[in-house]
Amino acid sequence: MSQATITEPTAPAAGSRNGAGTFLAKAFVRIGVLPILLVGALIIFTLMSDNFLTTSNLVSALRQNSYIVIATLAQFVVLLSGGFDLSIGSITALVSVTTATAMAGQHGSPAAAIAVGILVGLLTGLVCGLVNALGVAALKLNPFIITLATASVFQGIALRVTSGVPVYGMPKEFSANFGFKNIFGLGVPVWIAIIVAIALWVFMSRTRAGRHIYAVGSNPHAAKLSGVRDWRVLTLAYCSAGVLTAMGSVLLTARIETGEANIGSALPLQTIAAAVIGGVSLRGGTGSVVNAILGAIFIGLVVNGMDLAQITSYYQMIVLGVVLVIAVTADRLRQRVAAAVLAGKV
Amino acid sequence: MADATTDLALKATGITKRYPGVTALDGVDFELRRGEVHVLFGENGAGKSTLIQVISGAQHSDEGTIEMRGEPVHLGTVTAARNHGISAVFQEFSLAPALTVEDNLVLGAEPGRLGMLDKRAVRRMARERLDQFGFDLDPKALVSSLSRAEQQMVEIAKAFRPELAVLILDEPTASLTDHESERLFELVNDARTRGVGIIYVTHRMAEIRRLADRVTVLRDGKLVTTVPGHTSNDELITLMTGRVVEHLYPTLPPAPAADAVVALSATGLSTADGQVVGVDFTVRAGEIVGFAGLVGSGKSSAARACFGLERLSAGRVEVQGVNRTGGSPSRMLRDGVVYLPSDRKKEGLFLQRSLRESVTLPWLGTSAMSRGPWLRRREERAAAGQMLTHMELSPADPERAAAAYSGGNQQKGLLGRALMGDCSVYLLDEPTVGVDAGARVAIYDQIVKLAEKGYAVVVISSDLPEILNLTHRAYVFAQGRVSAELAGDQINEKTVLRHMMHWDDTTGSDAA
Repeated sequence: MSQATITEPTAPAAGSRNGAGTFLAKAFVRIGVLPILLVGALIIFTLMSDNFLTTSNLVSALRQNSYIVIATLAQFVVLLSGGFDLSIGSITALVSVTTATAMAGQHGSPAAAIAVGILVGLLTGLVCGLVNALGVAALKLNPFIITLATASVFQGIALRVTSGVPVYGMPKEFSANFGFKNIFGLGVPVWIAIIVAIALWVFMSRTRAGRHIYAVGSNPHAAKLSGVRDWRVLTLAYCSAGVLTAMGSVLLTARIETGEANIGSALPLQTIAAAVIGGVSLRGGTGSVVNAILGAIFIGLVVNGMDLAQITSYYQMIVLGVVLVIAVTADRLRQRVAAAVLAGKV
Repeated sequence: MADATTDLALKATGITKRYPGVTALDGVDFELRRGEVHVLFGENGAGKSTLIQVISGAQHSDEGTIEMRGEPVHLGTVTAARNHGISAVFQEFSLAPALTVEDNLVLGAEPGRLGMLDKRAVRRMARERLDQFGFDLDPKALVSSLSRAEQQMVEIAKAFRPELAVLILDEPTASLTDHESERLFELVNDARTRGVGIIYVTHRMAEIRRLADRVTVLRDGKLVTTVPGHTSNDELITLMTGRVVEHLYPTLPPAPAADAVVALSATGLSTADGQVVGVDFTVRAGEIVGFAGLVGSGKSSAARACFGLERLSAGRVEVQGVNRTGGSPSRMLRDGVVYLPSDRKKEGLFLQRSLRESVTLPWLGTSAMSRGPWLRRREERAAAGQMLTHMELSPADPERAAAAYSGGNQQKGLLGRALMGDCSVYLLDEPTVGVDAGARVAIYDQIVKLAEKGYAVVVISSDLPEILNLTHRAYVFAQGRVSAELAGDQINEKTVLRHMMHWDDTTGSDAA
């Protein structure tokens, strides 16, 4: 190694050496992995199925997506607080069962029955969230273990109540209004997902409680020292997740017209994958509502596209797992490129 | 000394390092003789860290050469630098927290037989290494269970290797007590006599007096000059800041009268973990009270216990005469008591979030920053920006990630955070840890201003001169108890040290 090679000023050369590469690297860092994946998925599925890029399919895909979006937002709140919620699928199942049972048991007007059913469903979600919060915030147990355990408990209750048989007997108006109705060309679940998303975005960015969730997820010690009562924040996060999950479950129950103890089992993977692909940190404290939603839409599109391409659900599970690994790897690569851009090496 | 000039351990010429928007180092020349302690001196952001990172192989320079023994060397990685005999101890530790002390000491060079770890050899090597330093550490202890000071000892023991040619120490005493620092100084002297060239980064004048053969001063990424180690404090600070700093310590306001309001008091305070045992203290309005003591003496735990960060097993805490025993941090903040943590990364900052969020969080509940549950975001941004400007952070950009600021700037931000609230009792735990002399002066001025305004201030410090020069009254902690309460002339080096060691002496025999 000669002295000349070391003394050669490399910094000015770096700017002109590879202009296009620098631009691409910077664009990659700025927009992230997600848009690239979204465009890629759109192209692939358009090529695979003629029906993919049609208005009717996109409208229906949007409605299917709204369930995943709402569940992902539930997962998002818990992830931000530095935890996980693996019980999201079981809460969905249990809420579906309690909603349908409560509704079917009413003999008054359909409107009253629907109101009671929805209320019972949301309360079920709240109670499930409280149970998770009790473990995480009061007993200070690892959220991974707690929600893994409660997932089993909630699922068990749902199966015990129904003996695995779907619950029938809900008023037709419930499914008509919350499952199939369109308003201005978009399904009711889509509108509700939009409203929930906006409300959550406002909550996270404009309120003290939202800021506290970010703070506890980012550094619980520093949050405590700043006077944030972490048990309150964690309780809020898990209860919000429970209620949000319940909203998704009620809408899904309206769509399938029965109370089912077997729905939602794919949601823990799908929601965590969606959030992570959307750039939400698994270590808490980082992530935005918009990106989490984009992540959920991506997962939803992949599922929809595979349905249209007549890929069986077994293969779909394999593909989803692989997509998650690819997305996380690509994001790691992005962070490395970001560091290189920051250090002026690219 | 004449032949020492021809006997260079390392010579760096024209080192330049650019980051986007900043030139961290601008054509810096630096030479290190064998057997000298060469102090790097400068304000936060002057380029000291970048220079030692380039020399230790952790960063690449954009321009410049490094020669060792007259030959140019390429220090591309930390391993390459290590193979040339260059070892560095940074403020950020490179230890595996889930492994034991001995495992960390042999990490990467484990003795083994047939692919199996030779546990006995590991223990022997670790023991030898620790004994060489006189560090009283359990080789089997998990690094994660050690205090910062103890982790620092492990890090130092790791860096001193037999084939050492250049040793880099980045503020090695920042989290050590005077007692432990003493031992480090002996080791540094030892290495010096063995011909090791030592680059020593410090902000502490006493250490320059004690150790430095030469001092190289950096300012804004440029070499100011290299001067002999006996250069006076005032001259060094003038060189560093480019302006004349009259005195490091400001004049204290007069001590409050004995019947002044007691703002904070603790009686018979004991913590559940046994770190604090039956401690009494009072802090009056307008008074600066020092908590002195070794690491683990309970000086920090006592303040943390008052603030609701440690579980109490006995005792009573009163704020402005009202019983607040066992109050949570949020309760204490509402009562006007604020605590500045000593470990800013672990307990102070939300590193990946904007600095604004770190500094405003405790005060979001005040009417200035929120209306009911809603944040007043414009006011929040303005308040954060104002504070950063007031504390002279560079850059004073509240939206920058907290992690992107240098240590000194982070510390100034956290002190500023404590000052932002409408508080009357300030518990400052190591307020100047890892902070340069310029920022120190600013921090000391702020502390004195608090007392002048009639607020009660507790300065918890392992830096003895701070206790001596900055407090009206001082409590000396030893082994979880208050071993002395000193005031006025009693607060002198000898007396404080004697009381700090008092309990150590009586139990020293069975500890060994």
